[in-house]
Amino acid sequence: MRARGLITAAAAIIAVGLATSPVQASGDGIEIPSQDWSFSGVFGTFDRGELQRGYQVYKEVCSGCHSLNYIAFRNLTDLGFNELEVKAIAAGYEVQDGPNRDGEMFNRPGLPADRIPAPFPNENAARAGNGGALPPDLSLMVDARPDGANYLYALLTGYADAPSGMTVAEGMNYNTYFPGHQVAMPPPLWDDGVEYADGTKATAAQQARDITAFLAWTTEPNMEARKEMGVMAILFLLVMTGLLYWSKRKIWADVH
Amino acid sequence: MSGPNFSNPVVRWIDHRLPVFTFMHHEMHEYPTPKNLNYWWNFGSLAGITLVIMIVTGIVLAMHYTPHVDYAFQSVERIMRDVNYGWLIRYVHANGASFFFIVVYIHIFRGLYYGSYKAPRELLWILGVVILLLMMATAFMGYVLPWGQMSFWGATVITNLFSVIPIVGDWIVTLLWGGFSVDNPTLNRFFSLHFLLPFVIVGVVVLHIVALHRFGSNNPLGIDVRGKQDSIPFHPYYTIKDMFGLGVFLTILAAVVFFLPNAMGHADNYIPANPLVTPAHIVPEWYFLPFYAILRAIPDKLMGVLAMFASIGVLFILPWLDRSPVRSGTFRPLFKIFFWLLLADCVMLGYLGGKPPEGIYVILSRLGTLYYFLHFLVLLPGLSIFETPKPLPRSISQPVLGSGSGSVAAAKEDS
Repeated sequence: MRARGLITAAAAIIAVGLATSPVQASGDGIEIPSQDWSFSGVFGTFDRGELQRGYQVYKEVCSGCHSLNYIAFRNLTDLGFNELEVKAIAAGYEVQDGPNRDGEMFNRPGLPADRIPAPFPNENAARAGNGGALPPDLSLMVDARPDGANYLYALLTGYADAPSGMTVAEGMNYNTYFPGHQVAMPPPLWDDGVEYADGTKATAAQQARDITAFLAWTTEPNMEARKEMGVMAILFLLVMTGLLYWSKRKIWADVH
Repeated sequence: MSGPNFSNPVVRWIDHRLPVFTFMHHEMHEYPTPKNLNYWWNFGSLAGITLVIMIVTGIVLAMHYTPHVDYAFQSVERIMRDVNYGWLIRYVHANGASFFFIVVYIHIFRGLYYGSYKAPRELLWILGVVILLLMMATAFMGYVLPWGQMSFWGATVITNLFSVIPIVGDWIVTLLWGGFSVDNPTLNRFFSLHFLLPFVIVGVVVLHIVALHRFGSNNPLGIDVRGKQDSIPFHPYYTIKDMFGLGVFLTILAAVVFFLPNAMGHADNYIPANPLVTPAHIVPEWYFLPFYAILRAIPDKLMGVLAMFASIGVLFILPWLDRSPVRSGTFRPLFKIFFWLLLADCVMLGYLGGKPPEGIYVILSRLGTLYYFLHFLVLLPGLSIFETPKPLPRSISQPVLGSGSGSVAAAKEDS
């Protein structure tokens, strides 16, 4: 009885902790619609097809402006590519290396150990190329925004005409879900903007789903390992705690 | 139970010259403990174990972390991605901090309810408050280390608080920063102190335990142990009970670490620190929110800072504010009500600390702050005079034998 009361109390305190923890300031209280993601939940895993399509969207659309600094080509094996495919993908990029023996920097084809090259050499170049706005690195996007996956999908599909009476500043675009509704990024995804290798119909919404799933992976490439280990750890701990409880009962039997 | 008789000759040889085995036998094996401790008494040893978990994971993290403004964020991501099981170690450490505070807050409120701060345990309680302060400093500096947006801006807001101290305030802030703004020197000294302070905590914990073992644990009835029939040896009774509690604790910790690892963090801290961009809301970690609410409740900056520190300072003099000779809240009908009100007040302040300081939130914060100090400075001293406590049981073993659940009924029948 007491043990149960205690567990309830502990759970309640954790619930309070979670509830009062960082008030997720999701902009101006804009409601973000929830989507079904293969990677959410205790047993959630990534959908390889979705990840590969998402990578394609990143490569063909996003990478024009956004870097992905924390991802190396070797990481792409997680997406279901084999080593040869990864080598081929890497070789498709030019990577700056050096200095060589003469002190010169030189370009060479990418290797699996290289990070995906960023579109701009530095922040100033990125701003100059984007009308003063800085396209953020996308590696950690899903954790770096409250309710990240749902938010990204909502943002990418949330472009609309500004409501009458609202003036959108020069070089800005109206977006339903962006905090403040004015975002420098123009609508990036269009129906059939990419042609999927696996034949999936490339609607803008489909691309938004795929790139979001891909960014969930770049945010936490170890997510599947984490959940797998979690299930084993919890099972082990439950059995161990049960045995400890039973031992406790037995040892205390003569006290009461 | 004079001296233990060790059968192992090596142990006997060492113990004769360096009586560590006798010491351990006395303090961890035969150590007489009240037989009626309930599960709320698990949280002391749990806090100690959490401290060990934090130190072990922290030392491993320090092997891979780079305390430099240009590399700190990257090095944390390297730990998350490329260090073997680095994600596990970091998630245990980050969530472990939250769990440490959950455990310690429960431990403190247990002490508040059962009057564990009363004579002869005043120093034991005061050492506990010192540990709380050290924990808060350690946790604050640890949160700065990943050098995300919330790290940077939290550090800026909190260190700036010291500037309100008259005359020496600015000098102290410059000393904390190691310069004229939160920058690389700040990160470096915070890392150094974040590594040092846990070991200072260990030292104070040792004193805390020495003070505890002087008179032994308080107990749910709040009456003294009267003899052998009231106590049982610590081992195996409380070792196994603590182990079971540890099992429950680890299960909950694992559930959060493996399935909700970022639930108690803030999304902004996955954005690298940028001194030019201020986040929309700067919010400290959840375990600081009640104090943050008290800080913001008071319009004057200096008074706000003083009130915040006084909210912990008042705990130091608690043993002399509550003069009632009865320890346990079980026998104090009025105190019991006010205890739960205080707990509710603290939870409310925690909620308000996470809300923007506007409108009704400010008013409630002020009322909550007022009530917090009212509880300690007026209600507790007043209750000591005006409250009539229920009759106390004659000894620990009587009610335990009588009803098996430690109620007062048995004691009442006897008297």
